[in-house]
Amino acid sequence: MASVCFYFQVHQPFRLRHYTIFDSHSNYFDDTENARICRKVAEKCYLPANQLFLDLIKRHQGRFKIAYSITGLLLEQLQLYAPNVLESFQQLADTGCVEFLAETYYHSLSFLYSPEEFIEQIKAHREIIRKLFGQKTRIFRNTELIYNNQLPELLDRFEDFDAIITEGADHILGYRSPNFVYRPVNSRRLKLLLKNYRLSDDIAFRFSNRDWSQWPMTADKFAGWVNDVNGCGYVVNLFMDYETFGEHQWESTGIFEFLRHLPQEIFKYPDNNFKTPSEVVASYDAVGTIDVPHTISWADMERNLSAWRGNPMQENALAEIYRMEQLVKETADRQIIEDWRKLQTSDHFYYMCTKYFADGDVHKYFNPYESPYDSYINFMNVLDNINSRCDTALAQKEQKHFTTPVRQTEQGKIGKKKNVNKYCVLERNLL
Amino acid sequence: MKLKTFMLGWEFPPFISGGLGTACYGLTKALDGLGVGVIFLLPRISPSQYAGGIKMLSAQDIVKSEQVMSAEFKNVKFRTITSELQPYANPLSYHQTQLQQTKASVHISAGQTEIEFAASHYGGDMYSQVYRYAEKVTQIAASEDFDVVHAHDWMTYPAAIAAAKISAKPLVVQVHSTEFDRSGENINQMIYDIERQGMHCAHKIIAVSNYTKNIITSRYGISADRVEVVYNAIGNNGTNGSRAVCSTFNKNDRIVLFLGRITMQKGPEYFIAAAKKVLEKMDNVKFVMAGDGDMAHRMIELAARLRIGHKVFFTGFLRGEDVRKAYKMADLYIMPSVSEPFGIAPLEALQQNVPVLISRQSGISEVLTNALKVDFWDINEMANKIISVLRHPSLHQTLQKNGLEEIRRFRWEDSAAKVKRIYESVLN
Repeated sequence: MASVCFYFQVHQPFRLRHYTIFDSHSNYFDDTENARICRKVAEKCYLPANQLFLDLIKRHQGRFKIAYSITGLLLEQLQLYAPNVLESFQQLADTGCVEFLAETYYHSLSFLYSPEEFIEQIKAHREIIRKLFGQKTRIFRNTELIYNNQLPELLDRFEDFDAIITEGADHILGYRSPNFVYRPVNSRRLKLLLKNYRLSDDIAFRFSNRDWSQWPMTADKFAGWVNDVNGCGYVVNLFMDYETFGEHQWESTGIFEFLRHLPQEIFKYPDNNFKTPSEVVASYDAVGTIDVPHTISWADMERNLSAWRGNPMQENALAEIYRMEQLVKETADRQIIEDWRKLQTSDHFYYMCTKYFADGDVHKYFNPYESPYDSYINFMNVLDNINSRCDTALAQKEQKHFTTPVRQTEQGKIGKKKNVNKYCVLERNLL
Repeated sequence: MKLKTFMLGWEFPPFISGGLGTACYGLTKALDGLGVGVIFLLPRISPSQYAGGIKMLSAQDIVKSEQVMSAEFKNVKFRTITSELQPYANPLSYHQTQLQQTKASVHISAGQTEIEFAASHYGGDMYSQVYRYAEKVTQIAASEDFDVVHAHDWMTYPAAIAAAKISAKPLVVQVHSTEFDRSGENINQMIYDIERQGMHCAHKIIAVSNYTKNIITSRYGISADRVEVVYNAIGNNGTNGSRAVCSTFNKNDRIVLFLGRITMQKGPEYFIAAAKKVLEKMDNVKFVMAGDGDMAHRMIELAARLRIGHKVFFTGFLRGEDVRKAYKMADLYIMPSVSEPFGIAPLEALQQNVPVLISRQSGISEVLTNALKVDFWDINEMANKIISVLRHPSLHQTLQKNGLEEIRRFRWEDSAAKVKRIYESVLN
């Protein structure tokens, strides 16, 4: 018996607008551009793919199953820019054949820098999933499938996760196959589901590649490869970005047709089926433990962190944003905290990657910047502004503490405000 | 059969005032390495014309320097011809230098032993000089054996056209800069006409960038398929990592460098305007303008008028070791050119471990990725980026490291190989 376990990553960041050292407003995010991209992806990918999966679930009477991990930031953007997509995800949730996974609300790298922040963001994400889809999440996937031995340890604090999803990287598996369920070294209760990157990438990356010896890949051919797993595994974990359908692989490549026919081809082998991650965890025992002392991810050939922490700019930007954590939280200013969290999205650091930059390579997808340097400069300018907002907010807080007569405070405040405005006008004139 | 090219240039190291000489040297040396024979013709410029004022050469020195130059190469022969031609000159400044030199020096035609008296020969205008030069070149062309004529920039085009005609060999012209780069929209019609004629007579045109190719096709009426892009490159001159501290400056001062001719084309006023903006946000920054040109005095005045005169330093024209020193002091090199066909200087800066901020209106910005880029007019953005580099060591460091790595891709060998292929194509 071989089970196909599909999980799709659904995420878009809040991209920043152009922000220079001479700007002083706190309107950091490029609403126009974010709306444009969100609607474009909705049109080309989310809506047609959701419809297709709804049809397939109906046609196969509940035997076709999938899972999604949708970031809080995308859910926010869908609410703002494409509410019909959100509705169609809710319809999918209602079928009972779709599982929603937990991750950090902000698609952040907080796991690597701040356990407290990490836990808070997971809580926020589980909450929004419960609210919108009525599901209690049981499976965790970390941003970019980043994983090491500390992750299960941290997640044990929740006491109600069943498994973690990560990359089936060769160097953690060795001779072993990703097509089994494993156990992490540091947890008694959690299981591990590992991505079968060969078969996943056949769909996500190679599907339309005419130089690939297996092109064109048809549903029956792929179903045959899945069936070949029988005898050395029971689950094929196909994890990929949802944008694979219609964006990375355009509709004209035949990717939707491939999906449409895949379930029936899988079912042609009577033993094979589809399972959600939770069903996989419930069905199969762990066959061994996986030790991951060094952090892995699902990115690039290296399967490491170099796409986000590969150069001094990225290290610096990350160090700076998490160094501000205490300061930001002390302000207790909801807007400041919210902005700071939106800046934690891994995409911002991905844009700073210089690894393949000179080759004009991959890291370009919906990248708003001309170069990684521009992205770093923009990011640091925004961070600088948040920093000064924190200082102002904290100073105001202190002022409130120490000045008792209310009237006086009000006056002082107004006076100060006027000065600030004057300065802004002055600066604008100079520019 | 060995390919042989009859090449016409107008400056060559060490007698250079801009990128053209550097490019000619790099290309010639690499062609030499590929076994392509080069007869390199050079106007023998009277040294006093150089802004740096190098010392006058005697007749023997010239013959000697020709031999020294030739000794460095296997397949290259240099022929120099007395001329008052000067790159980047315009008729007005040409006229001015003429006045200074009326009773001028003895000019010696190298390669031949005759002695000419400059003053006795002058028609006084640049164009007749260009055509006079052409006449002499034709005489040499008749006595030499070669396969193709290759001319660098407009002053040599009339000579090259004549040489190609008399020898019945194909003509290749290389465009290192156009009249539109040097003069904006106020072009000199005569120079434009010479450029245009050269391009139209050529079998193939080599542009130093797509930026220049676009100008050639849109402004000179040349069809795109006749224009090939061959990028310039940079030789391996070794890198000197450590930053030098100049005694004039405080150790904590950050130095932003402009290095080039101070002319309209190079956008010096945008550099000063950006400096003003930077200084509004940061205090410990000094701006160095190294170079000379017709806008130098205006820039000094502009800095004073903006009340940043104490922050902007003018060095005058630099050469050789001084250029290196200037780079070594700098935290950031800026090329704010209004129109730059290629721009070798940013590559030199990176080679000296200095990060660069370059104008998008340049050929180099097409190919150099590890650089900061701005539109030359966008002084706000220029200042924004300058401040970021000075404030964030990690940005400085990443630009430095990746830039140094990237410039290894700019090899003269590759450019020369492409030029050789172009020769072969015009010969078939």
